Amino acid sequence: MPTFLREVHMKRHNLLDILFRNVTRLSAFAVLMLLVAIIVSLIIGSLPSIKTFGFRFLTSAEWNPVTDEFGALVPIVGTLVTSAIALLIAIPVSFGIALFLTELSPRWLRRPLGIAIELLAGIPSIIYGMWGLFVFAPLFADYVQPWLIEKLGPLPIFGPLFQGIPMGIGVLTAGIILAIMVIPFIASVMRDVFEVVPTLLKESAYGLGATTWEVMWHVVLPYTKIGVAGGIMLGLGRALGETMAVTFVIGNAHKLSASLLMPGNSISSALANEFNEAVGELYTSALVELGLILFLITFIVLSLARYMLYMLTKREGSTT
Amino acid sequence: MLTLYARRRLINAIGLGISALAMLFGLLWLGWILWTLLANGLPQLSMAVLTQMTPPPNSAGGLLNAIAGSLMMTFLAALIGTPIGILAGTYLAEFGQRGWLAPTTRFINDVLLSAPSIVIGLFIYEMYVIKIGHFSGWAGALALSILVIPIVIRTTENMLRLVPNTLREAAAALGAPQWKVINLVTLRAARAGIITGVLLAVARISGETAPLLFTSLNNQFWSSDMNQPMANLPVVIFQFAMSPYQDWQSLAWAGALLITFSVLSLNIMARVLFRQKSTTY
Repeated sequence: MPTFLREVHMKRHNLLDILFRNVTRLSAFAVLMLLVAIIVSLIIGSLPSIKTFGFRFLTSAEWNPVTDEFGALVPIVGTLVTSAIALLIAIPVSFGIALFLTELSPRWLRRPLGIAIELLAGIPSIIYGMWGLFVFAPLFADYVQPWLIEKLGPLPIFGPLFQGIPMGIGVLTAGIILAIMVIPFIASVMRDVFEVVPTLLKESAYGLGATTWEVMWHVVLPYTKIGVAGGIMLGLGRALGETMAVTFVIGNAHKLSASLLMPGNSISSALANEFNEAVGELYTSALVELGLILFLITFIVLSLARYMLYMLTKREGSTT
Repeated sequence: MLTLYARRRLINAIGLGISALAMLFGLLWLGWILWTLLANGLPQLSMAVLTQMTPPPNSAGGLLNAIAGSLMMTFLAALIGTPIGILAGTYLAEFGQRGWLAPTTRFINDVLLSAPSIVIGLFIYEMYVIKIGHFSGWAGALALSILVIPIVIRTTENMLRLVPNTLREAAAALGAPQWKVINLVTLRAARAGIITGVLLAVARISGETAPLLFTSLNNQFWSSDMNQPMANLPVVIFQFAMSPYQDWQSLAWAGALLITFSVLSLNIMARVLFRQKSTTY
């Protein structure tokens, strides 16, 4: 090939190289822009509500479309309480599942069991909602709630949490359904981080005569605690934003009540139920502001989760 | 009085017993939910479900328009989201060694991966539905495509990182420019994994209800016009299940069965596909 032709050839490839690199870079940049666009559009959408209510929006429990008076306290509390119940149940169960999958299960069973748990995460949330409303809630109302009311209701401090009538649906039911939904997420992160513990470390402990439980509790867990916390935060982020399952079973009542057995509301279920029926600028805008609050809360929680998981991988990189 | 040794053995046995119970606890829900779906959905499945339109209350009908709408929107969402996802994932894996863009994008992408989907619906409502003035199938597809992008980016990057560097070096040593190395060698080597990511993304969006509520809404009749409100399985299931009508509730169970088993088989397919391919290396 003559020299000048080769130069043309090289130039063309250089040009294509630059073009290709910049197209991929643009796509990566688009993801950042997407985040900015989401936040900006939600802020613009909620401006009328922000201007009218200011900080009162966060502290008022009033939600009245007739008088155009809106406050986000009930849905915010509902979101936080249901997520807290979900974590309270999901953390120990997920730990058990991860322990079983990494230490106890026979090798040939690990993969099928792991897939089964991941399938639990694959079931669409609307199915959890239907199942919760038609199958779980009636059984819960017939067998569990009367017992809770009778045994725990009269107790001095926790009592008020379990008073009322057994209706099946309510904040506690929503929390339990959420727990089932986030167990697979937390369990698979825990399993993955347990697997990064160096075998040498575990075998040293076994060699000193430690039992499986002691190795788990005194070696594996301290070594992976940042990752475990990250997994829990990841589950929390899921629970906070979960919509359909909660909408079916929480009862959708804009009322604060001390009892977990009473209906309540969460940010996402308020949006799912009311957004399309909302009339008037202020009503719509108040709902958009709810969405903005939800996005900001989950954003913070998920950022913390990712940060913790990065810390674990970084430390792993430096010690091995 | 237990000796120290006996007590440690006891604690160990209790702890491990509880762990096995936790495993059973997790499997119990999976089995129970699947059983409920089969018991309630199977008797409702018939040819009518697949060939007739969604009915008015108290009359017989099927889910044809909802199934078609779901398929169209899911397909379009994958079509919009996949190229962007693969390109961005390629940037993160192949060009993202230095600079601020790659780490920031990676972080934001991981956050978007589990961001609440209802907020995505709200975003498209604010950005698109308000501007054109009505709900539409396009809006639904757009909302779903935003859910596809992070999943595809994540798997593309992970899969490209599994491609051995020697492969890139060999291609570069033959004089191939970088765009050819990536397109003809590394992306091709990671193909099975990337397809897995797309399948997982499709599985995820085909069950999503929340982002469609404010974007495509629903349509009781047959419509293949993407500019009109569009029927889709998840929203129809939501509406029918929450209704007091017996016929609607039965159809909702049939739809729930259809959707769950397609999502679960997509999930299993993705895993089987990737496993086969990854063991050939």
